Order: sequence, then structure tokens, then C-alpha cells
Amino acid sequence: MQNEDTEQQIIRETFHLVSKRDENVCNFLEGGMLIGGSDYKLIYRHYATLYFVFCVDSSESELGILDLIQVFVETLDKCFENVCELDLIFHVDKVHNILAEMVMGGMVLETNMNEIIMQVDAQNKMEKSEAGIAGAPARAVSAVKNMNLPEMPRNINIGDISIKVPNLPSFK
Amino acid sequence: MALKIVKGSIDRMFDKNLQDLVRGIRNHKEEEAKYISTCIDEIKQELKQDNIAVKANAVCKLTYLQMLGYDVSWAAFNIVEVMSSSKFTYKRIGYLAASQCFHESTDVIMLTTNQIRKDLSSPNQYDTGVALTGLSCFVTPDLARDLANDIMTLMSHTKPYIRKKAVLIMYKVFLKYPESLRPAFPRLKEKLEDPDPGVQSAAVNVICELARRNPKNYLSLAPLFFKLMTSSTNNWVLIKIIKLFGALTPLEPRLGKKLIEPLTNLIHSTSAMSLLYECVNTVIAVLISLSSGMPNHSASIQLCVQKLRILIEDSDQNLKYLGLLAMSKILKTHPKSVQSHKDLILQCLDDKDESIRLRALDLLYGMVSKKNLMEIVKKLMLHVDKAEGTTYRDELLTKIIDICSQSNYQYITNFEWYISILVELTRLEGTRHGHLIASQMLDVAIRVKAIRGFAVAQMATLLDNAHLLTGNVQRKGICEVLYAAAWICGEFSEHLENPMQTLEAMLRPKVATLPGHIQAVYVQNAAKLFATVLKSGEGSADSTAAQEMMIERLPLFVQSANLEVQERASCILQLVKYIQKLQQKDVEIAEEVIALFAGELNPVAPKAQKKVPVPEGLDLDAWINEPPSESESEDEQPRAIFSKEEPKYSRPRHTEVDEKELAKRREVRKQEQASNPFYIKSSPSSQKVYQEGSGVEHIPVVQIDLTVPLKVPGLPMSDQYVKLEEERRQKDRADKKKEKKKRKEKRGGGRGKKHDSCPESEEDITPAHMVDIVTEEMPENALPSDDDDKDPNDPHKALDIDLDKPLADSEKLPVRSHRAAEVLKSPTEDVEAERTVVSQEPKKKSSKEKKEKKKDKDRKKSKEEKKKKKHKHEDKGEDLLGGQEDEPVVQSEETSVVAAPPTSTTSEVSDLDFWLSNAPVPSNAQEAAPVAAAAAADPVPEAASGAAPDSEPEEPKDTEAEETKSSKHKKKKQKKEKEEKEKKKKKKHHHHHRHSDAGGEESVQNGTVEEEEEPLPPMSNYCLLAENSYIKMVFDFLSLSLKMLEDADQVNDIQGNLQDGSQVVVSVIFENKCESFLKSMEFNVLDSLNSKLQRPEGSGAHDALSVPFQLPPGVSNEARFVFTMQSIVMPQKLKGTLTFIVKNEDSSTHEKLEFKLHFTCTSYLITTPCYSDAFAKLLESGDLKCSSVKLEGISMPFHHLLARICFHHHFSVVERIDSCASMYSRSIQGHHVCLLVKTSEQTVSIDAKCDEPTLLGNVLDEIKQTFSQC
Repeated sequence: MQNEDTEQQIIRETFHLVSKRDENVCNFLEGGMLIGGSDYKLIYRHYATLYFVFCVDSSESELGILDLIQVFVETLDKCFENVCELDLIFHVDKVHNILAEMVMGGMVLETNMNEIIMQVDAQNKMEKSEAGIAGAPARAVSAVKNMNLPEMPRNINIGDISIKVPNLPSFK
Repeated sequence: MALKIVKGSIDRMFDKNLQDLVRGIRNHKEEEAKYISTCIDEIKQELKQDNIAVKANAVCKLTYLQMLGYDVSWAAFNIVEVMSSSKFTYKRIGYLAASQCFHESTDVIMLTTNQIRKDLSSPNQYDTGVALTGLSCFVTPDLARDLANDIMTLMSHTKPYIRKKAVLIMYKVFLKYPESLRPAFPRLKEKLEDPDPGVQSAAVNVICELARRNPKNYLSLAPLFFKLMTSSTNNWVLIKIIKLFGALTPLEPRLGKKLIEPLTNLIHSTSAMSLLYECVNTVIAVLISLSSGMPNHSASIQLCVQKLRILIEDSDQNLKYLGLLAMSKILKTHPKSVQSHKDLILQCLDDKDESIRLRALDLLYGMVSKKNLMEIVKKLMLHVDKAEGTTYRDELLTKIIDICSQSNYQYITNFEWYISILVELTRLEGTRHGHLIASQMLDVAIRVKAIRGFAVAQMATLLDNAHLLTGNVQRKGICEVLYAAAWICGEFSEHLENPMQTLEAMLRPKVATLPGHIQAVYVQNAAKLFATVLKSGEGSADSTAAQEMMIERLPLFVQSANLEVQERASCILQLVKYIQKLQQKDVEIAEEVIALFAGELNPVAPKAQKKVPVPEGLDLDAWINEPPSESESEDEQPRAIFSKEEPKYSRPRHTEVDEKELAKRREVRKQEQASNPFYIKSSPSSQKVYQEGSGVEHIPVVQIDLTVPLKVPGLPMSDQYVKLEEERRQKDRADKKKEKKKRKEKRGGGRGKKHDSCPESEEDITPAHMVDIVTEEMPENALPSDDDDKDPNDPHKALDIDLDKPLADSEKLPVRSHRAAEVLKSPTEDVEAERTVVSQEPKKKSSKEKKEKKKDKDRKKSKEEKKKKKHKHEDKGEDLLGGQEDEPVVQSEETSVVAAPPTSTTSEVSDLDFWLSNAPVPSNAQEAAPVAAAAAADPVPEAASGAAPDSEPEEPKDTEAEETKSSKHKKKKQKKEKEEKEKKKKKKHHHHHRHSDAGGEESVQNGTVEEEEEPLPPMSNYCLLAENSYIKMVFDFLSLSLKMLEDADQVNDIQGNLQDGSQVVVSVIFENKCESFLKSMEFNVLDSLNSKLQRPEGSGAHDALSVPFQLPPGVSNEARFVFTMQSIVMPQKLKGTLTFIVKNEDSSTHEKLEFKLHFTCTSYLITTPCYSDAFAKLLESGDLKCSSVKLEGISMPFHHLLARICFHHHFSVVERIDSCASMYSRSIQGHHVCLLVKTSEQTVSIDAKCDEPTLLGNVLDEIKQTFSQC
């Protein structure tokens, strides 16, 4: 199991590798030692300022994973209603929850977007109902806090957002 | 209390939440660390509070910080606290944090076991789901062991959402707790046919992942996966399965043969690129596995290559990349088919994407031929010039050299060209592969005699322009080339046109800036050149000038910091001075000087040294010198190097020694070498070097013409290379002395010497690459094997478990007592037990298979008139292939055919048959076992073509044919055969044994006992649906696949939810009977009020369903259709049509086939295991209506009768006592049907009870009908 340092190193290296690639080149990078050797590939997709990077081993289909990323992004889009990177930055927990419905323990769990959204919504509903009266004041406060959110960040340079997408089938 | 909550939430208003934290971090870019440390302090305060909401918020923030790389392991206990909150919101936060932060060494994990177990059994599916998700990330061996059984229970949960997660997490559990694999496997297998596509996909995923690591244990699942492959429409599942087959085919080539066809279909029909690509990939894997045995798959290869070309030509870079990747796989076995696409691949070299260029380079390697080599290399050279990045350029350089030097320079026709290419490559700036070029130069110059003149001229120029190579600091790597150049010029100096000039180039002051090992070679070879000059004209102006130059320039090297250079320089300097002295006395000395460097260098085969026999009386283990003396000699050596200290003594000795002494010493040395076991090996190990050192000690320094430092650790590669050459040379001399012709014959080098060394005769000269020699260095028992490749820590190794063995009692999962029943009830076991009834004695199985194969052959004969010959030929080919191994099986089959004449002449073909008809019988009994067993366990009989009559008269003929074949084999390989037979027998015996074990155990569990030896006739439920000249349709009701539904229903019963149960799945096998291609098949039925065909969402009530495949001639495939039933008490008929397009080469017609789909009442029944106590209770309950029927004139054995009822009418045997048995089944709507079957003589009476009398009556009628047919 990687500790935080190696984790960060992997992220940095991956970001370095991926971000320097041109537009219009293929979306696969053959794995270095850091991500587990030649059996592993980095597969990424680039959306505006966001890179979605998956690290997979040879049991996954390359094109399939590209599709999966697309599904992921579309799901995010639906769940956040026109997702932008700030959504992802400020709601990392939600991103994780959505991802958990798609990938579990490094294995692809569900690829059907409707199914994913359904489950995510159901869970969110539950969360809301649990919050109930007790949660109301907190929600109000957070709504107020979020009002000035769009003006806040000016310098956006976080690229690699889907940071903890695990080495797919091997999460030793 | 309420006040407290409100107060807590008001407190929360003023705590930072996650968004605040993120915002804060972004606002404190400069002092992030400081800001975060204050945040962490805050979080610590929050964690100390009682309010769980506050804690959860803190944990949520910690999760984020962990993601940023901060260590939060100190909060592990708080995370557990939050996990155990009763509220889903907090629980989710807790589990997310745990999945991010926990790992095996987190000690609080053990505290979570009970919490997780509680969550797993929570009534809220999302609590369970979140626990499963979290667990999948941090499962430890302990957790896996403790929770395995709970998770296994969840695999049959009512909610597909839970089922799929439970199935998927089992993989993690297996990894951590391999013992759980076998007990859980039956249920996992069952989930492959789960009605929910998500669950199915998860199961496929898990099994694929398992099978990828240990494919051989999963071969038996091939039929099941094959069925899934042909029926599934989920591309994700298909991709996984197809990938899995790719891993299985290398183990079982026959599987590959069977796969080719459906895969080809998929390739033709699918529009999904990902699926297409994986199909192509697996077809390639199949072709590779078949490449040895099967000649005629060029069509498939062509298809693959064609499709790949389309991919490569695509503008999408991803497809291009993948296309090239797959293409390189084909290249290994079918280089020719790839070669035709050279243009395309060369095009890819121009691609701007480096990944793609590298792939294209890989491909080029296999595409060169004698004809196109120069052209390709020229193209590559252009790229070398253009390439900017050094990595890519270095890659190009190595590829050029790889391409040219592959298989012993096989493709090079003109070595002058190759030398000039190498010289051109030296102009590369900043390459790291100088030594590679150098070793190529050396290799070519040594091994291709004819080229030496040219090479020497080139090298001389190179030396002359050495400043170009060394001028730049960046060009360090390339100066290795000078090493080769200097050596070649020196060694083959007789070819030099102007040795003086080269000598001058070698002694330039600039040389002193080169690395030491190169200088050493310079000095040494300067001496050789000097000898040549001297020889060409003693006393001439040239030789005097050379002499002066040596004396003038060598002192520079004598001062070198490098010991090697220094030593050589001082020796040679003294030598030259001495020569000068002698010349002044008018002594002719040129001959003697040249003798210093005499001797021919020959390449030696890489294996030659290995083959040198150990001389008699030589004890290789004995010490040659006393160990202490060895260390002494080592001590002495450094002293000898500083020869300057005693110059007066050493100098005269060197020259005087020259002739006689030298000869004498050489003798001594040779003998020593001959008896020195370490001498012939070049090994980096220190001990060996010592030995060598002690041998060399006696050699005067000047004698070593090619020498490199005797003991320099960490020499660069090319140095070692030269060292090797030197050793070879010395050995050559030693061999000459011994004059053993026998040995010479063994050695490629010995012969190569006599040959004319034109490039074409190269094949005699075996490559002398160091790598080969190094591999020989390995001790015998350390040969590289598969096991070495595997990481001993690989968790998958532990999962290498035979899944076909029956479960032992001890293997049950650790279960808490009240769950004990779960494992026992596992329905698969019952299914299997039931199957044992059907397929009976395993010993006969193999023989049956054979028989079926023959039947199949016959069928083919009668049906496919045109193709007959071809098919037969293929079949025979298989037999011939497997013949030797198959021998015993064949024989046993002969006997069994005689002993057990076919009891049934009906047109039924068992489900085994369908699978095996295309896949020949596995060659050895052990393999046959799992396949057969799996096919038997396969719930759905896949039999095709019930109409083909079993033509008995033809059988003996076939047997005869086989017999003659086998006798032929016998003649050929009598002895071997016998051994093999014996082995086979053992294996067979073993296999038999194993199966009877299985049968025994299962029958005990099920309360039935199977003792009968008689085989059961093959059975199938597939009935003809409709047929015309184009197509035939047969169908069956997939009641067994509904087991899962039913399984869910058992739980559902409580909730009264039976909606799922009102479905009947109809499996229809379409068989193309004509010579044309059938496509666009559409299946439609007229729905009745009672029964409806399930159509995809959005389509109208009368829309046809398209069949998800096309049918090439002679192919059959299965599709499934789901019908929803309202009432199930009456049999029903549905009218339907199948429309399809018949496509010929020139025309296509639209055809229509009408059919009637008959739903019997049997089709509503589901085989359901029942225990005798439950059965008794049911009968006692009094809710059931009674009915009975009598069958007269039934002559079949009782167990056959039961098997038939089980098989055709979906019953299971509850209990059997002598000639009396109770049976049970259940309808899809939950009606219980109980039978009591009694037999006396030829009369069978069936008393039946059911809570729905109409249904019962109809079922009994159908049973009656079944038996009236036989």
C-alpha cells in the first residue's frame, strides 16, 4: 500500500507526463515503474482544464476505459448540473461518492449512467431527509457561504482532479 | 435533548466545513503549510467533541487533507467512530475516509469487523452498499476471513445493487483470504447468469480477473462463457469475456478453433470499436495458439490485418495506437501478412505522436527482408536526422541496429553499406548508445573477413576525424566508437593504406582527454601499427619517423592517471626504445616485433565453450592452487604493475625472453589453461577473476595483444566484449594444440575459419554476442522458468486453486452458527447433483463424447454435402494431431461402444454434444473432465439440430477408420505409446475416481443415491420450432437460468414480491442451413392477452426484436427472448414470424418463416431443490390438491425415468427409496408441485399434489406424453 508520499509522487509524475502531451495525440501512456510496471497503462481524457487519468492493467480494455471516463464525466455533469472544475474542487467528497458507484476497490462496478445517477440521487435524498430540521441552519449557512463562490478563485491551475482514481484492478 | 441537537448544529455553523477548508487553502497559497497546520489543530479540537456531526465534518476535512498528501493516520479511531454512526450521511463520510486512509497496518481496522458486519446486514441497502465500497478498499486478511460468509450471503441479496457489489468485492476477499475461493465459487458461477446485467457483469469481471492469473483452473468455465459470449449484448461483458478467452486459448488450442467463428461474426457485426478491437486481439491470440497445428486460417488473419489497417488509418490517434499494438502481435507468428502493410507503417513513423512512432518502430523490426532492409533503414536514417528528442532518437538508433543485426545479420547483403551506416550514426549528437555502435563495428569487422579492408579504411578516417566526435562535451557517449575504431585499425593494420597517418592520429595529444579504457586501446594498437610500419620497410624513412613519433608521444601516456594506460604505455615505450637500440646495431627485428601480435581471431559459437568435454582425470572441484597462495598472487600483482620501480631488470628480460622463453612459457600457460576450469568462462564473479589472474601472472605483458585490464571492476560493455574475444582467441590456440577434430566439428568457429568469409556464407559463423554467453553462465538448475517471472509475493499465486474438485467439509467458510444452513443450501450443488443423474457415470462420459462427435460427423456428412470433404479433413486433422495422446481414449471408446449399444435412437442430442461438436474432445482425460463436467453442469442444454437422425450403420465404419488410424500410430511410435498409455491410464483412473467421489458426495447431500452403472441416453429439451430451406430454429425454455430469480424469490417471499417470477426465458438456436449469409434477422410474436414478448423500452407492442447476430453459412447461434406471463395454469401457443435477409454474392432476398411457439406448463416450472423435511411439511399442510396418473409399459430403469422427469419437466428428486421417489418443483409464480413416483414392473404410477389443479393436470399430461414417446 502506498503511503501519502508515494501517492503524491505518483500524482505529480502523472500530472507531469499527461500535461505535457499535445492535444490530438493518443490517450494512452505506457506505465513507468512508479505505477507498477509494464502491465499498467495510464489512460486519460482531457476536458478543458481538467484531466481525468485512470491507471489500469492489461485486463481492462483501453477503449472501454475511455468510454468509462466519458460516462464518469457525463455523470458528473448530470449530478452537478453543468459541472465545472470548481464543483470538483469544492465537492471532492461528492465526486468520490459518484466514483464509488462506478469503480469499487479498483474494479469497474457499473457503466450504465442512468443506474449510477439513480443510485447517487437516492443516496443524496436520504442524506437530505436525515439532515431534516437539525440540518437546516447549517444548510442555510453553507448556502450563504457559497454565494460568493464564483468570484473567489481566480487562479485555477489544478489539473489533475480525479486524483485518487485507483490503479484499477490492483489496489494492493 | 432536542436543545442539545440544536445547539450542536448552531456550533456547526461556525465550524469550517469542507468548502471553507478548500477555499481557505486556495486563499493561502503562499503559506499553505501553516494554514493547514492551524486547520489540523481545529480539526483535532472538533474531534474531541461529542457531537457526531462535528466529528463527521472534521473527518470529511481530513479526507481532503489526506488527498493533498498529509498524514492523517492519527485520526483513524475517529474515523471508526464516524463510520459507526447510525446516520447514513455520517456513515458515508466515515467509510470514505476509511477507504482513503486505512491500510493493512492500520491497527484500528480490527475494531471495525463487527461494525461492518452490522452494516452489511442493515435493512438499508445504501448502508450495506457504502460498507461494501469501503471494505473493498481496506479489506485485510482478517476482515476477509471474518466477513467472507456475510458477503457470500449478500451475493444472493434481493437487491441487484447489493448483489453486484457483493460479487465484485469477493475478488478482494479471495485475494486476501484464498481459502474462501472454493466455497464461494459455485455461487459466483451462478451469478454469471444473474438476470440483472450489472450483477452479471460484476461476476464476469471477477472471474475474468481470477482467470487471468490462473487460467488453467478456469478452462472448465469455457462453455459457460462461450454461451454468454454468444448471447450477451452488453459490450462491457463481451469485452471481458473475449479478453478472458484470449487468456484461455493458449492453454487449449481447440477452444480457439471454436472461438474463431463467433469472433469473426462479432468482428463483422459490431459497431463498437472497443469490442471490435478486443475481438481482433483475441483472434490473434487464437491464431498464435493455433499457429503450429492449423494451416488454414489465412482468412482470419487477413480479416484481422484488414480491420487493423482500418484502425491504423483512422484519424483517431487512439485507434491508430491500438491498431499498431495489435499488429505487432500478429507480426510474431504471421510476419508475411503484416509485411504487405509496410507503406502504412512507414507512414506512422511520420506521426507526431511519439507513442505511435515507437509502436511503428516495433513493427518495422519484423518487416524487414533482404530486399527492403536498405530502403527501410534509409528511411529511418532520415528520421534520425529529423528527430529532436534524444530519447526518441536513441530509440531509433537502437532499432536500426536491432533491425540490421537481427538473426545474425540475416538480411544484410552488403556489409560495406552497414559499416557506413554505423559510421553515419556516429555523427549523432548526444546519443547514449556509442558502445552499441562500437560493438557492432567490432562484431562485423571480426566476423566478416571480406569487409575488413573497407572497415579499416572507414575506421582510419574516423580516427583521423576524432576531434569531431570528441569536440563536444555532450558527445561523451559516442566516443566509445573510437575504441572500436582504434582496435580495428590496429588489429587489421595490414589493410591500412596509410598506417603512418593513422598512427599519428592515435598518438595526438588530444587522445589524452578520452576515457582511460579507450586510451589504453589506443596505446596498445599504436604498438600494433608500429609493428606493421616496421615490417613494411625496416630502416625506411617511415619506420624511423614512426619510431621517433612513438618515443616522442608515448611519454604523455606514461604519465596518465589511468593505471592501465600508464602500464601499457611504459611497456611499449621501453619496447620501442629497445628496438631502436637493436636497430642501431643493425639487427633485423621487424619479424620478431610482428610476432608479438601474431594470431588469427575467430568468432566462436555461443555454445561452443559449453561443449568442450572435461578432460579425463580432471577434478573440477579441486583447488588448483592452494587457496592461500591465491591471495598472495593477488597481492603481488599490483606491485608488478608499477614496473617502473625496477626498470633495469624488467626491460632486458622482456626482449631476451622473446623467443625461447616465450615459447616455453606459452606451453606452461596453455597447460595451465587446459586444466583451469575457470579459464574458459568469462564471469564477473570475483573468484573466477582471481583464477584468471593467477594464470595470467606468468605472461609477459607484451604478449597480451588485446588485453584489457586484468582486474578492473565495472568495465564498460565494449571492454568486456573485447575481453571475451581475447579469451576466445587464446582458447582457440589451446585447441589447436590439442588437435581434437571432434571438438572442432562441434564448434562453429573452427569451421568458419576455413570458409570463405563472404557475407552469404555467414550462417557458419554463429553470433558471439556476450548476452548469449552470459545466459550460459547460469547454473543448470537456475534456468529461467515461469515461476521465476512470478513475484513470489503475488497475491494471485495463492488463488491457484483447483475449482473442479468437490468441496470438502473442512472447506466451508467460517460461519457463525445460525448461518450454517446457507452454504449447504447452495443451489448449484443441487443442480450438479441433478446433472449427475442426467450424465451419470463419468467413466462413460468420455466415451460418450467421442460417440457424439461421431454422430456429429455423420450429421455433417448428410447435411453439408458440399463441405463434407473439407470438414472431414479437418476433423481427421484433429484426430491425427491429438491421435497419439488420444490413443487410450479411443480404445476405451471402442470397447464401450460395443459394450453399451446406444439405448436411445431418438434424435436427441445432449447438451454436451453441442459444445463438443465443434470443440473436439480434449486430448487428455484430465482436461476432458472439467470440460465435460462443466458442460454437464451447464444448466441450459445447448443442443442443436434435433432433427439429424442418428445413423447407426455409419458408426462402425468410423470406428474402423479410427482403428486403422490408431494402428498406424502404433507402428510409428510403439514404445513411446506404451509409456503414454500407461500414463493415460493412470490419469484416467484418477479422473474417474475424482468424479465418483463428487457424485457420491453430492448424492448424499441431496438424499439420492446413484449406484447404477448404466449410462443414460443423452437428452435434450430443444424442440424444433420451425424450419425452411434457409434456416432452422430450435427452442427450449431456460427454466434453470431462472434459478437466480427463484433464489431471490425465496427471500422475496417474505415481502410478497413475485413480479420477477412471471417471466419465461426462451432460448432459440438459429441454424443457417443454406450457403448464403443470413442477416438482419428479426424475431416477432403476436402477443396474447396472457403472454407478452418483452421488448426493449420505447418500442411498440408489435415491434420485432432484432436478433443480435448474423449467421454465416453453416453456423448456428443462440438468442434469448423473455416472455411475461399472466396466468400459467394452461399451456399456450404464440404465433410468430422470423424475417431475415438472405445474402448471396450477387443478390439478397427477404425471407419470412412462420412458427408457433408452444409454452408447455412444464416451461413454467423451475427446478427447485427441496429438503425432505420441508417436503413433508408441505404435504401435511393440506393446501394441495391431489391428482394421479398411471403410465403403462415403461421398460426403462427407474433412475432413467427419474432423470427424464427431472430433465424434461424441471423436477428435482427429494428422496428416493428403492423403486419409489418423491419429487418437487415450483412454478414461476410459486405454485408447489409434488410428485410421488412409484414403479412396479412396467407400470409407473405418479401421484401428484399441487395448489393449482389445472396446472397439475396439464403437467401430468405432459409427463405422460413424454413417456408415451419413448
